[in-house]
Amino acid sequence: MSSLLSLYQEIILDHNRSPRNFGRLEHATHEAQGFNPLCGDKVHVYVELTDSRIREIAFEGTGCAISTASSSLMTESLKGKTLDEALSFFESLRGFLTQPPDTPPPAGFELGKLAALGGVRQYPTRVKCATLGWHTLQAALKQGGLTVTTEPDPHA
Amino acid sequence: MSSPLSSQTKPVSLAERIQALRDDFPLLHEQVHGSPLVYFDNAATTQKPRPVIRVMSEYFEKQNANVHRGVHFLSELSTTLYEEARKTVAGFLHAHSPSEIIFTRGTTESINLIAQVLGQVLIQPGDEIILSELEHHSNIVPWQLICEKTGAHLRVIPILENGDLDSEAGMRLFGPKTRILALAHVSNALGTVNHLTPWIRLAHEQGAVVLIDGAQAIPHLPVDVTALDCDFYVFSGHKLYGPTGIGVLYGKSSWLERLPPWQGGGDMITSVTFQKTLFAAPPQRFEAGTPPIAQAIGIAEAIRYLESVGYTDIQNQENQVAEHALRRLREIPRIRLIGEPRERAAIVSFVLDGIHPHDIGTVLDQQGVAVRAGHHCAMPLMEHYRVPATVRASFAFYNTENEVDIMIEALGKALELFGR
Repeated sequence: MSSLLSLYQEIILDHNRSPRNFGRLEHATHEAQGFNPLCGDKVHVYVELTDSRIREIAFEGTGCAISTASSSLMTESLKGKTLDEALSFFESLRGFLTQPPDTPPPAGFELGKLAALGGVRQYPTRVKCATLGWHTLQAALKQGGLTVTTEPDPHA
Repeated sequence: MSSPLSSQTKPVSLAERIQALRDDFPLLHEQVHGSPLVYFDNAATTQKPRPVIRVMSEYFEKQNANVHRGVHFLSELSTTLYEEARKTVAGFLHAHSPSEIIFTRGTTESINLIAQVLGQVLIQPGDEIILSELEHHSNIVPWQLICEKTGAHLRVIPILENGDLDSEAGMRLFGPKTRILALAHVSNALGTVNHLTPWIRLAHEQGAVVLIDGAQAIPHLPVDVTALDCDFYVFSGHKLYGPTGIGVLYGKSSWLERLPPWQGGGDMITSVTFQKTLFAAPPQRFEAGTPPIAQAIGIAEAIRYLESVGYTDIQNQENQVAEHALRRLREIPRIRLIGEPRERAAIVSFVLDGIHPHDIGTVLDQQGVAVRAGHHCAMPLMEHYRVPATVRASFAFYNTENEVDIMIEALGKALELFGR
């Protein structure tokens, strides 16, 4: 049960119960939909980009606690960041989540609250839940209006 | 012949018999995350009894050779074992002849085989293929592919809220354009047992061909393909306590003889020249290449094992366990049972308000309880119930009411964790 508590830390449960920035963004400049066909999770990510900076970011959809909390934390941590900062942040996060448990985050990478997602490293099948919202954001920022799926995922 | 002693022997209760049978399954005695395994994912695949494991290792250790070729001792032995397996399957299904049994890679391949050959010879633009809202993706997608190729259309028998087929609406779909009825015997997501006879009769009245997907039925109820009068019946070995990599396609010989081959290769021909190839008669016509020999021996042994347990005890135990599960689940205030069919085959699907099935799956797994969380390859059905996924507990005769209680207790932990 102790590894359950490291997966479902209070911060994850909180963001699952009351996800931040949840809903549609009226003036989105970029958006994309993401699916996890293995479990039926769906997420829609909206971004309002001004001068290559994320002014507003929101998401909606249905997913498990890990996927919902991760998307919610994503919106909190990326608001105000530039496009490049956001994309490189995701690269570092993905690197962190696919490392063996107990591997420290790379030097210079400030995880902040997202450290709570580290629990998924003990549950390889749940890494996809934790990254669905981020992959969708990446699709929105890079291509715009694209649908992404976790299967097959060349990057996971 | 009954010995005078047998009348004095204390009759073995069902519970005692099940405990003894559990010892035939080595995997049931494993631990997961430090807890004894409670295996409730039998609709995905079943565990294997020792006799099945034993015949397959024996085959590899002492009998292995290719079939239908070579005159050496081992090749003849393998051929005999393989063809004996076909006879066992034919007898089990009450087919008229072993030549009506084709070995495939699984249920999915069996359906694809039939969809593709029927698509070649039977389907015209505007024709209709009828299936139901209960189907597994493997009984939807192969037909969609054929529709795209031929210009035929899919028609879907809807379900009632309880998960039974809506007979009234469904029966209206049949007409002169109906070419194929492809229907599940038992729903893999809800456990609904479909009463097939009226549907098969109706399809035949329109001159349509009937394929029954029996993947979820065959482990739970006796099947007599001759009495059912279906044209094709398909299932997999691994859901029947046998190995993966083997499926069965039963086809009426009147159909199989008329159908063209599916794949080409060795083992399915009578002669080959570069001008023309003559195809073998069924079943070889549909078994190109080296078949799954060890798996065929395994499925035959699984059938013998199943028959030795007997469907009476299998159904009594599975019904007791399923009813106990339903009773205990209904005590949970935030539960919603998905599908409450009139007749159910050892499958229970549910959601807990506010907790995603995936999270429940993980919490149960940490306590040794294996269930399936997801859409069960039945996305249209999930759409019907407006849920992205469900938790599915699917039982086998080796499961017990005590295991159900362990699952209920484990669910309590999920409620505790997410209820805060």
